[in-house]
Amino acid sequence: MKPLRSSRSRRIAGAAVVVGALMATAACGGNKDDDKSEGAGFNAATKGIANASTKTGGTLKFINKQDFDSLDPQRQYYGFAWDFSRFYARQLVTYAPKPGKASNELVPDLATSNAKITDGGKTYTYTLRDGITWEDGSPITSQDVKYGIERIWAKDLISGGPAYLRQVLDPDGKYKGPYKDKSKDKLGLKAIETPDAKTIIFRLPKPNGDFEQMLAMPTGSPVKASKDKGAQYTNQPFSSGPYKVQSYKPGKGAVLVRNDKWKKASDPIRPALPDKVTVTLNSNLDAVDELLIKGDYDVFLSATGMGQAGRSEALKQHKDNVDNIETSFVRYVDFATKVKPFDNVHCRKAVFYATDYTSLQTIRGGPQAAGDIATTMLPKSIAGWDEYDPYGVIERTSKTGKKYKEAMAAARAKAKDELKQCGKPDGFSANIVARNDQPNEVKAAEALQAALGEVGIKLQVENIDGASSASITGSPSVMKKRNLGLSMTGWGPDFPTGQGFEQPLIDGRFIQQTGNYNVSETNDPTINGLFDKALKETDPAKAGESYKEINHKIVDLAVQMPFLYEKNITWRSSRLTNAFSSAAYNGRYDYSQLGVVK
Amino acid sequence: MTDIEKSGTAKPAKLDKPETTGDLPATGTALGEVAAAGSPAPTAFLEVRDLKVHFPTDDGLVKSVDGLSFRLEKGKTLGIVGESGSGKSVTSLGIMGLHTAGQYGRRKAQISGEIWLNGQELLGADPDEVRKLRGREIAMIFQDPLSALHPYYTIGRQISEAYRVHHDVTKDVARKRAVEMLDRVGIPQPDKRVDSYPHEFSGGMRQRAMIAMSLVNNPELLIADEPTTALDVTVQAQILDLIRDLQKEFGSAVIIITHDLGVVAELADDLLVMYGGRCVERGPAEKVFYEPQHPYTWGLLGSMPRIDRDQTERLIPVKGSPPSLINIPSGCAFHPRCPYADVPKDNITRTERPELREAGSGNHFSACHMTQEERTRIWTEEIAPKL
Amino acid sequence: MMLLVVTLTTFAIFFMIPKWAGSDPALLFVGKQSDPEAIEGIRQKLSLDDPLLVQFWHFIEGLFAGRDYANGNDVTHCPAPCFGYSFRTEQAVWPQLTDAMPVTLSLAAGACVLWLVGGVTAGVVSALRRGTLWDRAAMGVALAGVSLPIYFTGLLSLAIFSYQLNWVDVDYQGITDDPAMWFQSLILPWITLAFLYAATYARLTRATMLEIMGEDYIRTARAKGLRERVVIGRHAMRSTWTPILTLLGLDLGALLGGAVLTESTYNLPGLGRLAVTAISNKDLPVILGVTLMAALFIVVANLIVDLLYAVVDPRVRLG
Repeated sequence: MKPLRSSRSRRIAGAAVVVGALMATAACGGNKDDDKSEGAGFNAATKGIANASTKTGGTLKFINKQDFDSLDPQRQYYGFAWDFSRFYARQLVTYAPKPGKASNELVPDLATSNAKITDGGKTYTYTLRDGITWEDGSPITSQDVKYGIERIWAKDLISGGPAYLRQVLDPDGKYKGPYKDKSKDKLGLKAIETPDAKTIIFRLPKPNGDFEQMLAMPTGSPVKASKDKGAQYTNQPFSSGPYKVQSYKPGKGAVLVRNDKWKKASDPIRPALPDKVTVTLNSNLDAVDELLIKGDYDVFLSATGMGQAGRSEALKQHKDNVDNIETSFVRYVDFATKVKPFDNVHCRKAVFYATDYTSLQTIRGGPQAAGDIATTMLPKSIAGWDEYDPYGVIERTSKTGKKYKEAMAAARAKAKDELKQCGKPDGFSANIVARNDQPNEVKAAEALQAALGEVGIKLQVENIDGASSASITGSPSVMKKRNLGLSMTGWGPDFPTGQGFEQPLIDGRFIQQTGNYNVSETNDPTINGLFDKALKETDPAKAGESYKEINHKIVDLAVQMPFLYEKNITWRSSRLTNAFSSAAYNGRYDYSQLGVVK
Repeated sequence: MTDIEKSGTAKPAKLDKPETTGDLPATGTALGEVAAAGSPAPTAFLEVRDLKVHFPTDDGLVKSVDGLSFRLEKGKTLGIVGESGSGKSVTSLGIMGLHTAGQYGRRKAQISGEIWLNGQELLGADPDEVRKLRGREIAMIFQDPLSALHPYYTIGRQISEAYRVHHDVTKDVARKRAVEMLDRVGIPQPDKRVDSYPHEFSGGMRQRAMIAMSLVNNPELLIADEPTTALDVTVQAQILDLIRDLQKEFGSAVIIITHDLGVVAELADDLLVMYGGRCVERGPAEKVFYEPQHPYTWGLLGSMPRIDRDQTERLIPVKGSPPSLINIPSGCAFHPRCPYADVPKDNITRTERPELREAGSGNHFSACHMTQEERTRIWTEEIAPKL
Repeated sequence: MMLLVVTLTTFAIFFMIPKWAGSDPALLFVGKQSDPEAIEGIRQKLSLDDPLLVQFWHFIEGLFAGRDYANGNDVTHCPAPCFGYSFRTEQAVWPQLTDAMPVTLSLAAGACVLWLVGGVTAGVVSALRRGTLWDRAAMGVALAGVSLPIYFTGLLSLAIFSYQLNWVDVDYQGITDDPAMWFQSLILPWITLAFLYAATYARLTRATMLEIMGEDYIRTARAKGLRERVVIGRHAMRSTWTPILTLLGLDLGALLGGAVLTESTYNLPGLGRLAVTAISNKDLPVILGVTLMAALFIVVANLIVDLLYAVVDPRVRLG
């Protein structure tokens, strides 16, 4: 074969022409048909209810990149899966279908009322409603609820879901799960009693004020023992809600159709407006945004925000279809206090002062796409949050231009001062971990690197594989061995209380050798004691007081440096009705309320 | 009967405007003069007039054939002899019209002159008309039958394809014809071998098949370009015999192109010796053989292998290498290699190109500055005894 | 035999590497709240504690004889060929493979036809018009095709033809469900994937063609008086196929790589996407299944190429 005779530069020029031509073609297609109906308005679903309606019918179409972790209610841990599973799984109590922070209130679902709490907060008793049925028409019994909850004790098969109920009801792990249960009805768990088909009693070894929150998670859903397929229940969960799973194909999507045995009178929560609910998976995130804008789908199921291209197109041309939701996610930096020099509080505080919060916010997408600057760990919607800002972050980031520069200079002076007190007046070197599957974390770590460099703290960014983070940031010994002093990360609440958000992150008794989330290895007796106090409290407002103290203590100790209360740009199709951002579901729309007919 | 005549121009020829190539003596009994380009249609079966084939290249114009004329009658055989690069093959391709067919890209061969076949001029004719003549009126046998046959088609298919181009017949009829032709050229079991691929044939068999393919349409003119070069000595003789037999049978005119005088010694009626794209000597075969009139021909005769001679003695090679076709030596193109270049006076061999002139007797022509006497003396005294 | 080696290698890779790297597959499945007991339970469920060869034996056994899995209240029988159940989705692997295979085959076959037709045509025309504007333009586009990554051309064509112009719908449909939609949904992926390969084939065809046009047998074909169309279309093309087929044999093996990107870009539920998901989930049974399918695909594709080779080149047939 003879090589082609054309010079290198000519080839490059040729390629450039072709690319240019393609680009030009792409740019030409910019004009869109504007004949479609208008959206309900910018932030219509964060300020209230967008397109309130009671009309039924139609197909509610979700699109998503990520597949469900599971459809099995006891095995779900993804936030969107929890929001979604209410279509086919009911719990004793659930979150109020109300916009914003009001959603954090628990209201009865299968039960007639919230729990009757007796015995000093150790006994929770529920009575089941009349008319609640499975998709085959058989009634949902208290035994079904108990059996469902028991499944999470079968850790080998029913893996993946939260373990709160197991830890609270059976902290010593005596029960081995229904599959190894020798009793005839497989209901051998002592902590739950079902004196009759309508009554269920939970007996806690010690009180936990958030117990009802735990029951409201999908792990509290009933499962009919005769329909349990063990690990494979995920492929055909038996419905207790208004829709049943017609088909679920991993990697492709799911179709839910009406469960005609479900009676509206038995369910005060779910209006069940659409006739059909579909989930389509698309591996191409840019395509997801385009298809949403095109009107092919209604909602981005995981609601993790639009991509940069989709976002700018949506904000420019279809602002009325956009909500800027608060996600209850907090972006923060963990300080490994067992890794030098972060064992010294002054060195940690130096980082607080030297950090350019605005640059972190900007690099993640600015106030709308990234969120508001955070000064404490608790999300704004959780009881215990207040405006606490000992490092003057808000004050300096609210300035602009020259004034901002002056404020940053003053903060850097303070950082220098802290460095002096730490015994490192010229700064020091340190490593920060960022997960490479989270490009925003890497970018933020690099922005932090730049800011800290100004005061002589030389930061090295270590990218780690997101999937193996459990064996790196989750292992204190690895952190120490690899001299990883900082970790760029984020966290969202499992349930909307101080415990549900931050106990695993900061309670010293949660430090583990693998799968650790208390990366700072904070083991502060005051904090631990405050958690104990809060857990005993059944009044959320009173518990909130303790969480507020914890929250202050975290930034005082400077063991975690929050910098953003996350927000994102979410698309809402024009035809979507009853859409509102629910704090209990991390700012997502309450999916059970949605409709598609105005 | 081959008619050969004076053709080389004395002055450098301009391609776009062919000039008269020489005077036109009366046609002799056996060998006549070839008319100049632009003259009326000839009566000969094939007449080539002042043929020039030039190839433009990056280094300059390659004058592969630079003013060649000859004539050939039906039933006669012409041998064109010369070293590689003397323009023999280019001449044959020119007659076939294969320089213009399949010229892709920008650089095309420049051809001028006239080629008359059966009263029809080919160079100026519609290319598609010429294509229709190819294979039917003029057929060609190539040097290396292995590379000249398509490796992926059966012999039978290649032969019948040649037949069907010019005859509107079914595949079966064409196949029968192919078997018949294979039989005719002496392929054993032709009805079986017709389905063989070229690689399944021996070299001699392949050349027989090639001949069968070229004769399938009973062509009036057969050009054999080095038909035996790629073959064993024993097979060579068989193939030459075959060509002769077939010529007798079909009555075609044959041009045999070779670098080996031995090949044409028995076959050709007339010989044409080429050097540097021009004719240096031509005449009846026996004359050229026994009274050669050009030092180059002497060299060729000297380097001819002969079975009756001893290996060491018989080769008197032509010294030096063939001339560059871009910068053809001035004067006589052969002078740098000619041992007798200084024989003619006034250094004329280096300055003036020798015309093709009648030499000896009986339509024998030679382009040499030496006088008839000088040549005869050198041949009889110096060259012939060594052969 | 080759398949067996491939399987064992895959097996070893996905079992050994996490061990060397110090990460435990079980950790990936335990979720956010792990405790040692739960990890141990999962290790047992996934048989991660058995020696490698034992696990491998069970796998091979399952392939040919089927396997029983203890699963909650009852025992699930997984009929042969049993590739086991996905660690992540708890679905039998075999049906996932049989679902995904036709998608990838559709993609590969269609793209293959397209790039052969397009690449070879462009190459031939380029060769015959060597040095002309057409030749340069075609080779320029070919260069772009080779150099531009799929996710670029893919996204661009999606943006233009699907989102902006709305010409095609890209939701994949099986050929048996809806042939028209199947065709429509695959046009862009075909073009995208074919564009990448067509370029190579255009260049190869051009070079081969130029070489072949100088062959003696082409001169012979002309000497027979064949029309130029026949000379090129029949005699020259016949020889051009040989190197093209050789390249095709190699490319079909590598095609799965291109299919991965194409499938991700166009959201096609094929083997490539299944592989990507499985690998990111460290879902060993699915990875094994996909690897085996891919190996099978390559073996079969090469077999077909070899057979075609014999059809094209009679010398191969006898040798």
